[in-house]
Amino acid sequence: MPVGIAYDARVMRGTKGDGSFVAVKILVAGGFGAGKTTLVGAVSEIRPLRTEERLSAAGRPVDDTHGVEGKTTTTVAMDFGRIDIREGLAVYLFGTPGQDRFWFVWDELAQGALGAVVLADTRRLEDCFPSVDYFERRGIPFVVAVNCFEGAQLYPADQVRDALDLGAHVPVVLCDARERDSVKEVLVHVVELALTERESVYS
Amino acid sequence: MRGEQDGFGGVDGFEEEPDDAFDDRDADHDADAYADEAELGQLVRPYTLTRGRTRHAVSEVFDLVTQIGAAPRESGGGEEEAQDPEHEAILELVRVRTLSVAELAADLDLPLGVVRILLGDLFEAELIHVTRPVPAAELPHVDILREVIRGLRAL
Ligand SMILES: Nc1nc2c(ncn2[C@@H]2O[C@H](COP(=O)(O)OP(=O)(O)OP(=O)(O)O)[C@@H](O)[C@H]2O)c(=O)[nH]1
Ligand SMILES: [Mg+2]
Repeated sequence: MPVGIAYDARVMRGTKGDGSFVAVKILVAGGFGAGKTTLVGAVSEIRPLRTEERLSAAGRPVDDTHGVEGKTTTTVAMDFGRIDIREGLAVYLFGTPGQDRFWFVWDELAQGALGAVVLADTRRLEDCFPSVDYFERRGIPFVVAVNCFEGAQLYPADQVRDALDLGAHVPVVLCDARERDSVKEVLVHVVELALTERESVYS
Repeated sequence: MRGEQDGFGGVDGFEEEPDDAFDDRDADHDADAYADEAELGQLVRPYTLTRGRTRHAVSEVFDLVTQIGAAPRESGGGEEEAQDPEHEAILELVRVRTLSVAELAADLDLPLGVVRILLGDLFEAELIHVTRPVPAAELPHVDILREVIRGLRAL
């Protein structure tokens, strides 16, 4: 068969109502050690997902077809979990890689994402600035979940909101990423936020 | 052409591609793709698997949550053809149950870019079904989201 002919025509596009598939993609971001892996693991069977990236010396993805001198391959690991809601409807959780230089991996993850969780560690609140910026710029609804580490000073949500300079529409919730029920609540907040935005757009 | 020839990664190319982007696969069978092969000696295993083909065209079709199922056996033309063990491994998994691209990569412990190229092969050989799910983010209907909320609470 000639390659490339009608390729797209043979790819099925799931549509609502005909028994095919709806995917709910939720991203989990936050600084180094903020609890991303723990959160995904609390509600799903967590699995590491690898992508091999070729980086130039400057740490940017390589985009040309010529030689590999001075370029290195690096493995970017993400956390990945799936929650089945019912047949044909599943929530996919993707824990984003922490390092800023992997923004290009985020760009793929962000495709079609319903919303995001930004995990904040109050001991290092500034670590989640880049995630907050990213989702704001992308217009992806996000919830800030303050992970309650032991010994961490307990901040009222409003203080976190001020410190992160969040709009009034961004929910700030407390969570314990190790607790399934707590994580469920956080995810519900994300979907509710997406729902609210949807209702205000389409009504 | 932007296409890389090592088949690694697979997260670039998310700009809109024309529908015929998959034609790049052909282009990459050209001589220069193979000329690079020797220099990539240390990367031989994944490189051989993907035979130096481009990756960006497939990354669009094989989104992380694209669902892969096994084609009914009679419609598969190429099963007699030699497949790499990795092709076989994918087929074994999707015969049991429909899986997303992300799950396949995680289960096989292969980088996403490699899995996407392998899926492209299997698709060309008509051994798999490919369904791109509707991202809930694109659905104007709120019923699904309400259902997700109920489902999460009931976990
Ligand atoms: N007390 C407490 N500890 C937590 C909580 N969440 C995570 N931890 C612990 O914090 C450590 C880091 O958690 P991870 O889930 O690995 O964090 P991460 O964001 O995936 O880290 P990186 O992937 O390395 O950036 C682990 O030892 C967890 O057990 C929490 O809610 N409370
Ligand atoms: Mg982690």
